Amino acid sequence: MEVGLKMTMKGGGGDHVGGCDKEKMGFEETELRLGLPGGGGGGGDGEVVRKRGFSETVDLKLNLSSKQDTSGIDPNDEKVKGLHQEKNLLLSAIDPAKPPAKAQVVGWPPVRSFRKNMLATTTQKSSSEESGEKAALVKVSMDGAPYLRKVDLRMYTSYHQLSDALAKMFSSFTIGNCGSQGIKDFMNESKLMDLLNGSDYVPTYEDKDGDWMLDVRRIMQKVTHNERDRSNRARTKSCGEVQEEKLKEVGVVNRATCSFDL
Amino acid sequence: MNYFPDEVLEHVFDFITSHKDRNSVSLVCKSWYKIERYSRQRVFIGNCYSISPERLIARFPGLKSLTLKGKPHFADFNLVPHDWGGFVYPWIKALAKSPIGLEELRLKRMVVSDESLELLSKSFVNFKSLVLVSCEGFTTDGLAAIAANCRFLRELDLQENEVDDHRGHWLSCFPESCTSLISLNFACLRGEVNLGALERLVSRSPNLKSLRLNRAVPLDTLQKLLMRAPQLVDLGIGSYVHDPFSEVYNKLKIAIQRCKSIRSLSGFLEVAPHCMSAIYPICGNLTFLNLSYAPGLHGNKLMKLIQHCRKLQRLWILDCIGDKGLGVVALTCKELQELRVFPSDPFGAGNAAVTEEGLVLVSAGCPKLNSLLYFCQQMTNAALITVAKNCPNFIRFRLCILDPIKPDPVTSQPLDEGFGAIVQSCKGLKRLSLSGLLTDQVFLYIGMYAEQLEMLSIAFAADSDKGMLYVLNGCKKLRKLEIRDCPFGDAALLEDVGKYETMRSLWMSSCEVTLGGCKSVAEKMPSLNVEIIGESEQMEFNLDDKQKVDKMYLYRTLVGHRKDAPEYVSIL
Repeated sequence: MEVGLKMTMKGGGGDHVGGCDKEKMGFEETELRLGLPGGGGGGGDGEVVRKRGFSETVDLKLNLSSKQDTSGIDPNDEKVKGLHQEKNLLLSAIDPAKPPAKAQVVGWPPVRSFRKNMLATTTQKSSSEESGEKAALVKVSMDGAPYLRKVDLRMYTSYHQLSDALAKMFSSFTIGNCGSQGIKDFMNESKLMDLLNGSDYVPTYEDKDGDWMLDVRRIMQKVTHNERDRSNRARTKSCGEVQEEKLKEVGVVNRATCSFDL
Repeated sequence: MNYFPDEVLEHVFDFITSHKDRNSVSLVCKSWYKIERYSRQRVFIGNCYSISPERLIARFPGLKSLTLKGKPHFADFNLVPHDWGGFVYPWIKALAKSPIGLEELRLKRMVVSDESLELLSKSFVNFKSLVLVSCEGFTTDGLAAIAANCRFLRELDLQENEVDDHRGHWLSCFPESCTSLISLNFACLRGEVNLGALERLVSRSPNLKSLRLNRAVPLDTLQKLLMRAPQLVDLGIGSYVHDPFSEVYNKLKIAIQRCKSIRSLSGFLEVAPHCMSAIYPICGNLTFLNLSYAPGLHGNKLMKLIQHCRKLQRLWILDCIGDKGLGVVALTCKELQELRVFPSDPFGAGNAAVTEEGLVLVSAGCPKLNSLLYFCQQMTNAALITVAKNCPNFIRFRLCILDPIKPDPVTSQPLDEGFGAIVQSCKGLKRLSLSGLLTDQVFLYIGMYAEQLEMLSIAFAADSDKGMLYVLNGCKKLRKLEIRDCPFGDAALLEDVGKYETMRSLWMSSCEVTLGGCKSVAEKMPSLNVEIIGESEQMEFNLDDKQKVDKMYLYRTLVGHRKDAPEYVSIL
């Protein structure tokens, strides 16, 4: 039996355009799965594991041991852990519009908790002391990626740069160049329709009303506004504590979960 | 062999200090065993559950220094529930009751209560040295007891412990008569300290060689302390924030210049980078520099500092040094033996700022490099092969690519060949940690070439049981094996259960081993404790033998099942 790490990929059956036919790429062994096995796990039958919608993407740590980070999420476990699955689906049923917190691999990277806590405190303190260098940090997550990334929006002076950076960040999690290609195409509005029929990945973000929006350029505008408006400035915090009052999560999700109408 | 009286043999044995050698000596014959055990003063116990305090006391009545390690290594990364075990109290209680005159206690990853510390402080008149590394369970009240009661205390060294800081005046508890301190390290404490008491303590400690302060000690106190202790060899700076044009800063510059013996520098838990030039005068003498808790120090200021450190042998740094900064290290630190590059973003949600390029530069510039811990964004086979050629002397090689299954970004290949080159070239390699995309092939290489390997850490690697089998069959000196998220199952686990008796421990989590498989090991090897570790709130165990085991930890022991395991740990 072939046991590999599988990335949960959305898209079920047929639309694998743009050279991203996962069934044929034989990347099963390299895919990292964090979601619950969607069935057909490591059976080696080449079937693409059907990825649940974003709202069903679960944080496997949610509602498990609250005292410590849970572990034992066996990405290779083909037996569905009944109890967990029920809990997680229940979560999504309750509030399908609000995506749950992203799953992160417990114990990775292998850094001592003491060090993590120390650095978190140190960064927090030093940034509250520094005056002119606040970064506008935003968490970026991608469906199926094993962990979040962080982006400092102030490092990018244009939308192109931001989307390039996002593409680079997540290209290792996607099969082939779906991710980067999708984002690059997205920049060209006339290609929007092609994109939507094409690549499996587009960038979206959740604004403060909780709606998932496609146009990321508004994020850049918000950043500029925040620079001017000191009293509402998003404070720089350590990665574990990114303030999200003004800047919501930017999510790179599969197109099928975008909440817009054509 | 009986030509010499015992006293002569004992005198000869005094020169044999390494634990391994003393253990060997004790196995030669009965009379050597007897002489060795009576003359043995220092004992190292790598797994506190492998032996009992009573047996230790019975065998080594002359014991003065004890080192104990508790939790398995992966406990550092939250993979072991809090109250799994590793309690030191039973050891202290037993030693206190015995005639043993304990002088030194060194603990790693153990649970230490205030009660234990208090008992320790009151039970051993000549107690001199307490070293706690990655321990937890105590507060500053326990430290107060140590300070107050250990009249001849020389060393209090607290490294990376989780201490509940009651902000009490534990430092004030050192009596005026205490003048014996050689080493004081409280950098891991988060709370305020009584600065006046600290200054007085340092003033009356003429033998003080090592002083590591916590964040709560400000620059002006530092300056006063350095004026009183110019003989320091090892300094850990707490807060290093001040106005570079102030009087205090000028005084600090003078104080530092007097400290001509400082060879080791760490801390900078809070740092104002523009004040670093005061440090330059002592940089030329440094052999150890630890800036791994100083994210405020980066870019040009950091590089400038490093350029002054020509004699550095050990460097611990954050990845914000970047590949370029590592290039500066390569050009400057020709004596470098150990390099540790930690992620400045330890939650793993950002980009590590170093890649394979930095490592290659250091390997080319620092031929004496023998110990590495490297958190990076990516690694290539070509780079690893180059590093292996440049530095064949690695004893420790620990690589952590932040994306645990990332292939070679240039060739999209797994990193088998790269690590293969490392094990083939570094014939003295004792410790190895792998990451990145890896197949069974790398384990074939490890089994074939890593003849001296003692500790191996594997995560998210391999394709099949073969991987684990290559290692178990090949690495004759393997002592510790820890595996997470690999497709190793019962077939690998059960292939050679006798092997585990030659090792200290085996950890497997999120692998394919089943309860039945683990039971089988326990049945065949009564000299092993096979622990199945569940979740803290778990009430009952699924008794199905086919069920995959989440976490298994097995270790050899002379004393059978431990009695202090919590409910969710099942010892088969």
